[in-house]
Amino acid sequence: MTGRRLAWMMVAAGLVAGCGDKTAQTGGKQAVLIGQASPLTGPQAHLGKDNENGVRLALDEINAAGLTLGGKKVVLELKSEDDAADPKTATTVAQKLVDEGVAGVVGHLNSGATIPASKIYSDNGIPQISPSATAVAYTSAGYKTAFRVMTNDAQQGSVLGAYAVKTLGARKIAIIDDRTAYGQGLADEVEKAVKAAGGEVVAREYTTDRSTDFMAILTSIKGKAPDLVFFGGMDPQGAPMIKQMHQLGMTAKFLGGDGVQTPAFIALAGPDAEGALASNPGLPLDAMPGGSAFKAKFEAKYGKIQNYSPYAYDAVHVLVDAMKRADSSDPAIYLAELPKTDYQGVTGRIRFDAKGDLAGGAVTLYQVKNGHWQTLETVRSGK
Amino acid sequence: MDIFLQQLINGLVLGSVYALVALGYTMVYGILELINFAHGEITMIGAMVALAVIGALTLAAPGAPGVLLLGAGLAVAIPVCVALGLVIERVAYRPLRHAPRLAPLITAIGVSIVLQNVAMMIWGKQYIPFPGILPQGRHEILGATVSDVQVAILVLAVIIMLMLILVVQKTRLGRAMRATAQSRQVASLMGVDVNRVIAATFAIGSALAAVAGVMVSAYYGLAHYYMGFLLGLKAFSAAVLGGIGNLGGAMLGGLLLGLIESFGAGYIGDLTGGFLGSNYQDVFAFFVLIAVLVFRPSGLLGARGAERA
Repeated sequence: MTGRRLAWMMVAAGLVAGCGDKTAQTGGKQAVLIGQASPLTGPQAHLGKDNENGVRLALDEINAAGLTLGGKKVVLELKSEDDAADPKTATTVAQKLVDEGVAGVVGHLNSGATIPASKIYSDNGIPQISPSATAVAYTSAGYKTAFRVMTNDAQQGSVLGAYAVKTLGARKIAIIDDRTAYGQGLADEVEKAVKAAGGEVVAREYTTDRSTDFMAILTSIKGKAPDLVFFGGMDPQGAPMIKQMHQLGMTAKFLGGDGVQTPAFIALAGPDAEGALASNPGLPLDAMPGGSAFKAKFEAKYGKIQNYSPYAYDAVHVLVDAMKRADSSDPAIYLAELPKTDYQGVTGRIRFDAKGDLAGGAVTLYQVKNGHWQTLETVRSGK
Repeated sequence: MDIFLQQLINGLVLGSVYALVALGYTMVYGILELINFAHGEITMIGAMVALAVIGALTLAAPGAPGVLLLGAGLAVAIPVCVALGLVIERVAYRPLRHAPRLAPLITAIGVSIVLQNVAMMIWGKQYIPFPGILPQGRHEILGATVSDVQVAILVLAVIIMLMLILVVQKTRLGRAMRATAQSRQVASLMGVDVNRVIAATFAIGSALAAVAGVMVSAYYGLAHYYMGFLLGLKAFSAAVLGGIGNLGGAMLGGLLLGLIESFGAGYIGDLTGGFLGSNYQDVFAFFVLIAVLVFRPSGLLGARGAERA
């Protein structure tokens, strides 16, 4: 009897403590926790830290300007967690953020970490905005809490396919992918878009993410005389591939996705990289509407921008924008406002489609000229 | 026809590299009945060392002719790999020579993992570019394209294999190696220093691996701490295909595997009407391997218990 009463008291105490966390009073102001999750250790730590700093900058600015929700002054606080770019750690960290009572999460960095974490946020009704995950699977699971402010792989693939046919004028296109979720997903979207734009896919070949020999498949492709070879995969394969294309005397253009649009691609392919085309989701910093102002603010405080911090910064603003419209930081209330987002951020106008993907996500095309990636143009994905 | 010829050239170049590495497996197996799984990693170390030397030299003497730089890279990589092969034999295999056969196999895998990780610590996880120092000339033959590097690989591989055959068939060392392969006890009773013969076998195998490693990195333009694993696996399969323990078998097996992969990847999609794509190229190669082993368990040229080494 007393045992049961004790248990009830503990549950009640726990509930009170839980509420206390969420609405901690700090000097008459209400603290609202914003979660951030990204790899803060390991080989991608620089990217993770970059996202964290983007979030921190946004929070500091919003706090400095003052935020009032439901008639109360509100202070935003950062809860940053290290997911080590690991799917398993990501779920642990997500649960931790939920338990700490965050009102919303900006993260994670990698698709592989974002996807398993998204289920935990969804189960607990916590809105999540990824600044950098591009895998289609993140938003196709149908979670109402999952959003992103980054172009997804399907959008990138459809832009690439249409660009190859319409802008580059390629009629016959060969497609190679490395059989990874990323490479295959991108190649499938490119194939669809090429066919939709009236191009012909003359060859569909496959390799692995460990291969360096593509002579056999390229020889077979050469026999079909394509105007353009698209490769869905990463730079360690893309670089030897373009070398071997030249070795075989192929004159077809080489086009890749963001796995190829890297400095390492140019280093590995050397002079053979010249003329290669590739895309990257999103905009280059100098093409962002608020890019130069953001750069000045960010780099004064945290040093060089790595990659996704403008997106992390915008993600915070999108969350707070929804809170303002709902006049509440309660996830259950302001979540309903997120799909209606129409926010002009540093990275451009942010609206979401029915799945939570960025509507009209931008894809930027680059070409190697004089040993550097030069921006060609930015294309908005259709629909 | 030009595509067929091109695939033939692709396959021969790939196959001659496989053959060079396969020789290292087969020589050691012939003498010790040990599968030296660290052999693939020695090719990787060879490539890495040569790249480091070439990189340092291009900084020290910019504008030096590429062939000279490559020669300098090889001149350092070969002794390093030979020394490495000798140390591995002394440390990981000799103490276990009379242990059950499984024990040295496990140390071999252990050495392979250690070498991979040491290379990763020294040279990092990223792919290392091979500097563009070699002539990039291309030649058209009946519609097929052959590059200078491909010609060099083929010619060098053939010369090295002929030299190896001469060493094994015509020299005192070669005779000692063949004797040791037939029976270690009897050879030592006849006054053959078995330990020295085994060490020499490892040294020769490692030198071949170093050359193969440099060839692969020059051909594909990059090197990576993991590159030895897959190359080693393919070369080992080639050695088994040709009949492990048999020198001619390793050469034949290597060339065959290269050709099968090349033709498999090139034609499988068209032959099956797109039902099977080039993603089945490795499956195709290993299917041939299994088929050969079912009908000839000791490989194409492997005669049971006959002349090895």
